[in-house]
Amino acid sequence: MTAILKHEISSYFHSLTAYLFSAFLLAFVGFGAMLYNIQSAVANFEYVLRFVCLGFVVIVPILTMRVIAEERKQKTDQLLYSLPLKTWEIILGKYLALLAVFSVPLCIAAAYPLIFSQFGQVYLLTSYGSLLAFFLMGAALMAIGTFISSLTENQGFAAGITIPVILLNYYSVTLAEHVSATAFGSVIGLFVVIIVLGIIIRYLTKNEILAYGTGLLLTIAVGVVYFMDSSKFEGLLPELMTKLSVFERFYTFVEGVFDMTAVVYFVTVIIFFLFLSVQSLEKRRYN
Amino acid sequence: MITVTNLTKCYGDFTAVDDLSFEIQEGRVYGFLGPNGAGKSTTMNIMTGCLSTTAGQVKIDGYDIFEEADQTKNLIGYLPEFPPLYMNETPLEYLKFVGAAKELKNKELEDQLQEVVSRTKIGDVKNKLISKLSKGYRQRVGIAQALLGNPKVIILDEPTVGLDPIQIIEIRDLIKQLGQTHTVIFSSHILSEVQAICEKVLIIAKGRLVAFDEPERLKKLLLTSNSVSVVTEASSAEAEEVLKGIEGIDSWEIQGAEEEALRILVKSSHGIPTDICRKLFFAFSGREKAILEMTTQKASLEDIFIELTEEEPAAMNEDERESAQKRESEVDNL
Repeated sequence: MTAILKHEISSYFHSLTAYLFSAFLLAFVGFGAMLYNIQSAVANFEYVLRFVCLGFVVIVPILTMRVIAEERKQKTDQLLYSLPLKTWEIILGKYLALLAVFSVPLCIAAAYPLIFSQFGQVYLLTSYGSLLAFFLMGAALMAIGTFISSLTENQGFAAGITIPVILLNYYSVTLAEHVSATAFGSVIGLFVVIIVLGIIIRYLTKNEILAYGTGLLLTIAVGVVYFMDSSKFEGLLPELMTKLSVFERFYTFVEGVFDMTAVVYFVTVIIFFLFLSVQSLEKRRYN
Repeated sequence: MITVTNLTKCYGDFTAVDDLSFEIQEGRVYGFLGPNGAGKSTTMNIMTGCLSTTAGQVKIDGYDIFEEADQTKNLIGYLPEFPPLYMNETPLEYLKFVGAAKELKNKELEDQLQEVVSRTKIGDVKNKLISKLSKGYRQRVGIAQALLGNPKVIILDEPTVGLDPIQIIEIRDLIKQLGQTHTVIFSSHILSEVQAICEKVLIIAKGRLVAFDEPERLKKLLLTSNSVSVVTEASSAEAEEVLKGIEGIDSWEIQGAEEEALRILVKSSHGIPTDICRKLFFAFSGREKAILEMTTQKASLEDIFIELTEEEPAAMNEDERESAQKRESEVDNL
């Protein structure tokens, strides 16, 4: 695994990727710090981080789009398969390299609260708590990006999917206010989710029976529950959308609460998507 | 060394490898021969653990390729059909990464790097970007990568495809050298290449093993009929009369008249070619008709290949064969 990790880190710093990523992130942070901490003279660095959040829509795909897609395109994935490495070592090595690149600009940004504290009272605990949460949230989004990159050999396609996914996640709370809170609305929403799930299963396993079977079973389950007790579905869709938002979890930290459940949530998202990436890579062997 | 038992691989409805079984001994050069789409690459990918099987088993030194992947992967060096290179690295950086992934450390890594670089003769380009290297050099870097870790078996998938004739000869020499210290398996659809380097040939067509033997023995086994091409000053009527009187001739074909001479292809399934030549010589000289030219036509591996793979319908269509032959003759012309 260390071989993959070292190789990935060196390739990020050999190409423009790491620099471009750091430059973007630092520019966002710098702009935010100027806006909040200097112009508005607010002592909360965490507000800057909340401001930078939207930047993830651009900077995460920059970093993650090539992770696995590029290996496929250059056919170097065959080398990785033939080397004495396990699939999880490949994914974990690559993912840790992403985190290493991600942490470089964050280490620089970590100096900001300290600098500001020279000139007044800064809530350092909240600042660094938020910074840690910011890192975890970024890490969760990168795990999603890694998975998307493992699905295709086209970098552009990987980026093209990652951007709307993050954007949707970012706005899901706002959208949740506008979606129907009625039981019927939730059922429709669930159907859409089931169809998407079926398509993903079909794409990953190439097994139509499994895809249709799962879809049908879930549809029946939803239908049965709806006719037995439709009140269970009331407000389900907006609630689900809020619960799934990684950004919403992060805002709790900005408000000064170190929320352990959110930490667990981020870690779960990371493990889940890395697991899927391993499966996606493994699947190539079983096509 | 390597045992393949009842190997089958299906892609959906298409069977790429069909119940393939063979055994490979240590310390020889094996040629894996077959038309395009015969299942060569698929078999090699499975043998190196890059691809799963639908059924069957591959064992290397007694270890199962899937269940004991850790042990088997250290025994194999693999160069896939497209050399898996990181274009924005130098060969040295690339080889360091592969070495590290094969768990070579410090002194051992340095020593092996030096050895494979000198063996594959990439010392001059080791600090240039791989994207700037020629195809021949890229192929060498790919082979160097396979050699790292000093694996017992080296598997090369079409290592000479797309190279210029001089590069082809260089790579062939390298394979021969490797054969002295390693078990080498390489695939090709160029027959003369296999004939020149291999001690044993596996011919597969449509995913099935059709022959597995030494090139020389394959020739003896499969083609008993000999043919002799004769150019004589006799007229066609005279020649036919002469030929009728010779024992052991199966058939003949008058291929055309050249300036006061006749070219005939004589076929015989009896005896050794020189016997027929003697008989022809004396028969024609008895009539005072000189033989101007006489050539025995030996069976080539190509004939065997076509004979074997033709039994399987659609194993190779005309175009492909033509292009393969053309490529081969280009190489032969050197």
